[in-house]
Amino acid sequence: MTQFLQQIVNGMSLGSIYALIALGYTMVYGIIKLINFAHGDIYMLGSFVAYIVTTKLGVGFFPAMIGSMVFCGIMGVLIERVAYKPLRHATRISALITAMGVSYILEYTTQLVMGSEKKTYPVLLNNSTFQIGSVKVSTQQIYILVITIVMMIVLQYIIRHTKMGRAMRAVSVDENAAKLMGINVDTVISFTFLLGSALAGVAGILVGVYYNSINPLMGMTPGLKAFIAAVFGGIGSVPGAMIGGLFIGIAETMVIAYGSSLYKDAIVYVILILILIIKPEGLLGKNEREKV
Amino acid sequence: MAMLEVKDLHVHYGVIEALKGISLDVNEGEIVSLIGANGAGKTTMLHAISNITPKSSGTISFMGNDITKTSAKKIVAAGLTQVPEGRRIFTGLTVYENLLMGAFLRKDKEGIEKDLDHAYELFPILKERINQDAATLSGGEQQMLAMARALMAKPKLLLLDEPSMGLAPLLVKEIFRIIKEINEQGTTILLVEQNAKMALSIANRAYVLETGNVVLTGTGKELIESPEIQKAYLGG
Repeated sequence: MTQFLQQIVNGMSLGSIYALIALGYTMVYGIIKLINFAHGDIYMLGSFVAYIVTTKLGVGFFPAMIGSMVFCGIMGVLIERVAYKPLRHATRISALITAMGVSYILEYTTQLVMGSEKKTYPVLLNNSTFQIGSVKVSTQQIYILVITIVMMIVLQYIIRHTKMGRAMRAVSVDENAAKLMGINVDTVISFTFLLGSALAGVAGILVGVYYNSINPLMGMTPGLKAFIAAVFGGIGSVPGAMIGGLFIGIAETMVIAYGSSLYKDAIVYVILILILIIKPEGLLGKNEREKV
Repeated sequence: MAMLEVKDLHVHYGVIEALKGISLDVNEGEIVSLIGANGAGKTTMLHAISNITPKSSGTISFMGNDITKTSAKKIVAAGLTQVPEGRRIFTGLTVYENLLMGAFLRKDKEGIEKDLDHAYELFPILKERINQDAATLSGGEQQMLAMARALMAKPKLLLLDEPSMGLAPLLVKEIFRIIKEINEQGTTILLVEQNAKMALSIANRAYVLETGNVVLTGTGKELIESPEIQKAYLGG
């Protein structure tokens, strides 16, 4: 039982990070129906930016996190403007292939600039462990969980209760009707990329802190897993992405603890296959119907 | 000078010419109806005016300003709002949030509050449904919401695209009564309809559209009595 609870705690830390990345996938899909395969690399950029500012400028965790959010947010907006906007009315497959191209550009440009070897992350958060009952919890895990929860509350507030949030929801329902209200759809799409990419920036620094090691290709696997988390929760659904992220994180740690770490990636793809067979629209997804 | 002046408007969808040089005027205070069968180009016309469909040639001016190339956003800001065909309300948003979307470009909080009250006066049913997901409304209620939402932009000219579509006859009457009321309160109206009888009965003037051309124009009364219209649109 102790072992089980311990794995839940570990899984929640990992899952929080997946959830932060999954939110970006799901928000962008919700608004322009694009699977932004470069999103995992935005998260990689986030952890590199935080690495650079902490090692070169010597700033602490929170300023580094904000720096990473700002950088990733701007990158997200730029990528949308340069790569996706010209293809907005093209076929979906063209935009999807472009997203993969952007992903490669980000990965290999980072390799060119930073080198392809692993970097060791500085210790940014103190890492003492303490016991709750028989379960060991580290302060880093608490930080990760609290930061993720705060980010999600802020995000939900923006989406539910601000003018821009309402506009995001309106554009995702009906772009042309939103235009007829005087909404500038381009601005709303940029804002969506800004939010999603900033959250990926947060995930980037958290992963660096949690695993101590980063490299330019680190975005690929977590990016895919976060994408699966978004599909699991129902792509386009923000609460779905949060639940999906946590679920995938916990499933992965459970497999490592009770099965073999060899299968930790496989289990995620098994989950994807099962959800696509049993409930293709995901846990909280809407059954898409064509409007007439 | 007319409030809205459309001159020689052409619109193409690929090789198909949907509008073949249409000219039309709407004067301040009027209700002008645009009638015609499916595919005549009525909706295209409204989309071109609001600039959500690209025009091939022609000019459109609103209150003396050329709006041919003005963005959809600036057209709304200038006081020209559209209630699109098929309501196009925002499902997943509440009735209240839908109404706020109509006032998206406005910053006058007090004015918005006042216009919300006014919308509830015109459409009392919306007040009862204020916190409901707009998707749960009936067809008639959705039409009312779409109209109320457009009014929240405080338009000087309101474009209405097929407000009677898919509604029971009693509701159609109610919607047309409200359109008249909105007009009497000072909003000019350009109405697109397939229900020619209702559209002509409340119109000061009307245009008849056939496959991209204006084929007939006159006052509402003249057209109702015209033998051609009787035969083609009123089943007379």
